[in-house]
Amino acid sequence: MAEKLVVIGNGMAPGRALEKLFDKAPGTYEVTIFNAEPRVNYDRIMLSPVLSGEKSFDEIIIHGDSWYIDHNVMLYKGFRIDEIDRESKTVTASDGTTAEYDKLIIATGSVPIVIPVPGHDLPGVLTYRDLDDVQAMLLAAQSRGKAVVIGGGLLGLEAAAGLSDRGMDVTVLHLMPTLMERQLDPTAGHLLRKEVEARGINVITEANTKAILGDKKVTGIELEDGTVIPADLIVMAVGIRSNSAIAKNAGLTVNRGIVVDETMRTSDPDIFALGECAEAHGQVFGLVAPLYEMASVVASQLSGDESARFDPMVTATKLKVTGINLFSAGDFAEADGRDEIVLRDAARGIYRRLILEDNRVVGTVMYGDTSDGAWFFDLLKRGEDISDLRETLIFGPGYAGGAALDPTAAVAALPDDAEICGCNGICKGAITGKIAELGLTSLDDVRAHTKASVSCGTCTGLVEQLLTLTLGDAYDPAAVQPMCPCTDLGHDDIRRLIVAHELKTIPDLMQALEWKSSCGCAKCRPALNYYVLATWPGEYVDDGQSRFINERVHANIQKDGTYSVVPRMWGGMTSAKELRAIADVVDKFEIPSVKCTGGQRIDMLGVRKEDLPAVWADLNAAGLVSGHAYGKALRTVKTCVGTDWCRFGTQDSTGLGIRIEKFMWGSWTPAKVKMAVSGCPRNCSEATCKDVGIVCVDSGFDIHFAGAAGLDIKGTEVLTHVATEDEALEVIVALVQLYREQGRYLERIYKWAKRVGFDSIHASVVEDTDKRRALFDRFVFSQKFSQTDPWAERTEGARTQEFRPMADLSYMEAAE
Amino acid sequence: MNALSDWVDIGAVDDVPVRGSRTVKAPGDDIAIFKSADGSLFAVRDRCPHRGGPLSQGIVHGTSVTCPLHNWVISLETGEVQGPDVGCVKTIPLAVRDGRILLSAAALSRKVA
Ligand code: SRM
Ligand SMILES: Cc1cc2nc3c(=O)[nH]c(=O)nc-3n(C[C@H](O)[C@H](O)[C@H](O)COP(=O)(O)OP(=O)(O)OC[C@H]3O[C@@H](n4cnc5c(N)ncnc54)[C@H](O)[C@@H]3O)c2cc1C
Ligand code: SF4
Ligand code: FES
Repeated sequence: MAEKLVVIGNGMAPGRALEKLFDKAPGTYEVTIFNAEPRVNYDRIMLSPVLSGEKSFDEIIIHGDSWYIDHNVMLYKGFRIDEIDRESKTVTASDGTTAEYDKLIIATGSVPIVIPVPGHDLPGVLTYRDLDDVQAMLLAAQSRGKAVVIGGGLLGLEAAAGLSDRGMDVTVLHLMPTLMERQLDPTAGHLLRKEVEARGINVITEANTKAILGDKKVTGIELEDGTVIPADLIVMAVGIRSNSAIAKNAGLTVNRGIVVDETMRTSDPDIFALGECAEAHGQVFGLVAPLYEMASVVASQLSGDESARFDPMVTATKLKVTGINLFSAGDFAEADGRDEIVLRDAARGIYRRLILEDNRVVGTVMYGDTSDGAWFFDLLKRGEDISDLRETLIFGPGYAGGAALDPTAAVAALPDDAEICGCNGICKGAITGKIAELGLTSLDDVRAHTKASVSCGTCTGLVEQLLTLTLGDAYDPAAVQPMCPCTDLGHDDIRRLIVAHELKTIPDLMQALEWKSSCGCAKCRPALNYYVLATWPGEYVDDGQSRFINERVHANIQKDGTYSVVPRMWGGMTSAKELRAIADVVDKFEIPSVKCTGGQRIDMLGVRKEDLPAVWADLNAAGLVSGHAYGKALRTVKTCVGTDWCRFGTQDSTGLGIRIEKFMWGSWTPAKVKMAVSGCPRNCSEATCKDVGIVCVDSGFDIHFAGAAGLDIKGTEVLTHVATEDEALEVIVALVQLYREQGRYLERIYKWAKRVGFDSIHASVVEDTDKRRALFDRFVFSQKFSQTDPWAERTEGARTQEFRPMADLSYMEAAE
Repeated sequence: MNALSDWVDIGAVDDVPVRGSRTVKAPGDDIAIFKSADGSLFAVRDRCPHRGGPLSQGIVHGTSVTCPLHNWVISLETGEVQGPDVGCVKTIPLAVRDGRILLSAAALSRKVA
């Protein structure tokens, strides 16, 4: 029988250990995980790109739910273990859930340190450790107010850069005289400060916090010297402490962390500790590279390989703020018997320092140009004697007597066993070997097959250089992402060429643009159909076979092959007549489920395909038309009751919503478009998270756009304010038309806006009124060909045949 | 070659749209009839090896179809799942005579497991 393995904590360290364990000894353990955070294992080090908006949470998930299912792991999300009972070998969660173990792994990570100054527990004071912290920061950032980050280390600077990218006015307070003093020497710290300040972030060093001010929430911060800085948000990033309370209560030996031996066992041989919570060789660790080493050792031990030992290695530090390059490793304090070599090019913002002892590199700090970091780090780890290289050492391996440096020289000079990806411990030879063996040609391929650069991503440049080195010209990193494997062209080029070459059918387009497959694939065909349709309204004949099934049959396919049907309810308004028609249809066709959707209308689920035309005919008869709930098209315009009924309403929000929906329904768009109109800033129709939203105010209409509330959550940006309904309609229509012309297929408005820039959109639909009018006119023209109810078109005659089976041979069973 | 009586007529070639499909109700799972861009016809059980999605509702490209539920790509010629996923759907022998589509009776009455 499988032994029971229980894991407390589901961070990066145990995630890696389980991966290795399932590789080495599949099926040996029945695994149960308790995680206080209510989610799967994700790449914690990539929280900063999520904060800055460069990545979404989905992109940083390491193990999705299916991984746990596939490996038969029971994951308790949001369960905190309060007690370990070593006698009975059980753990108990705060809600009373218990689990027995044969082997236990404690991987509870760290807790962020909170400085106990007055006011530290006010709402608005956060730490920076998990997704909840990021979400709280994003919420606070919507106010575009002032933020103070306490702590000018790695985490603090990443938080500051992210909040500043999100539009906040940020001040960093740092206790020491220079930033990141643990990783950088004062010179590099000074260069970093200049760069951070150049981004509009205030830096105050030697700043000692006295109190956090505020009554019900944070309003500011006071320093020991009396300075007061106003703030709506305070982020404390001053350090972490091993999270070892439950281990201590269970009587395990705990020092700075949970003490483990070289096999990662705690003072109880059936209990391992792993990750930031563990103390090995008298040290605790706060970077993933050594934690992944620990994970390997735990996996080996659990799979029966008792020779595995944890031997901590030197780690290098990089800062993950786009545009700031720094690298440091080893020990760079001045000491007797140490020499240094320094290279400084102030004009180019480049600084390099090597610290030598007995002709060996013991430390390095690099700022500005860090391309040789891996080479120096390799010399450092090997402890190689550099006497022969000394004269030109500081220039790196590419130094070639003054000739122009080949950018790949540094990587070329690395030996095969030099480490490229620190987080995952992947060396150069492993990467070039896989590139050659499997014929890999892209960064994504290398990531998939080696795990190099999948964690913090700072070695991406090196991996790309290895691709260049191994493949030569065959690798072109600057190339645009092709639309799909059928072509080398990207979405924007294709849109441009459709106009330039007047390509008006999909076969013509594939011919002219030298498609590599005979008739495309499920990825390119729907995109091309949309592009040609949007470019040539009235001329292009829609190709149903290039549409996803939902758009082809005007209903949403369900998991059992039946369909759901959603009629329009203009602006969310309905009537007794419509409801009666829906009720009759439900009875007549025995539709199993009727549901109110999140879009203010009614969904009938579980309709058989062959019944669809008849269902539509009945709905049409009552005046109901297709709601396009299935389309890359205008979905809903949600409204609130507005001046019709509400005591706070300032404008006729319901009327305006209906007007917009009636004007714009039927038009095809790159991805779905959802709108809402609220009658006052209380915003009951949730207009500020829609693709387009209107918030009515006394003086007119605030037009918002580029919100999201699905895979990503993002408040809208304000596009403009207008005084009348007519103007509001014109701006919105022009905005959507611009999106129809520029958006890439499946790119929602918020992603399009981020790509092309809010200013360029503002210029086209607000500032330049001629352009706005022209966009409006083009939309109106294309609507002439789109505002026919697709249901009405399909309810009769030959057009219904596709919904029926062509033959019924079920009788053959009986004849058997 | 089988005798004509071993084949069942299910309809006209023109009843199936190009780069599209129709279904046939049959013992066991339904059958999906596909027509590729060059007019070739294929018959496979209308049930994706992944989670049972109706393949007849997918997008047809080359001689493959992409399942509408989670985008697995299935070869209509062999029934094999393409790319990284694995699995197979049963193909049904199909013949065309005088503009009519015929399916192998033997393959139909044998119930699928
Ligand atoms: C029916 C409904 C859920 C409900 O029971 O309330 C629904 C159902 C589906 N949603 Fe939704 N969404 C529904 C409202 C929403 C909302 C809320 C809203 O519209 O105010 C959102 C968040 C707002 C947004 O879109 O940003 C929402 C965000 C999504 C997403 C994420 C989109 C994104 O880009 O972030 C998907 C996935 C996608 O589109 O790829 C999705 C996809 C789906 C699909 C189409 C999944 C699928 O591919 O089969 C579901 C179709 C079920 C069906 O057959 O009807 N649904 N979906 C809602 C229909 C609204 C309507 O009347 O048309
Ligand atoms: C913003 C940020 C940026 C970073 N950048 C880098 C970087 O660039 N490079 C680098 O190497 N490292 C970086 N780190 C550090 C790195 O993320 C951590 O070292 C690593 O994630 C720690 O992994 P872990 O598994 O030990 O613990 P964690 O990932 O902290 O996981 C511990 C988990 O245990 C859960 N837990 C705690 N107590 C209990 C309990 N009693 N019961 C159940 N569950 C419990 C917690 O909820 C948590 O989910 C960064 C960290 C942060 C926060
Ligand atoms: S959230 Fe939307 S996509 Fe997800 S299960 Fe519900 S309806 Fe389907
Ligand atoms: S059911 Fe076909 S891909 Fe999932």
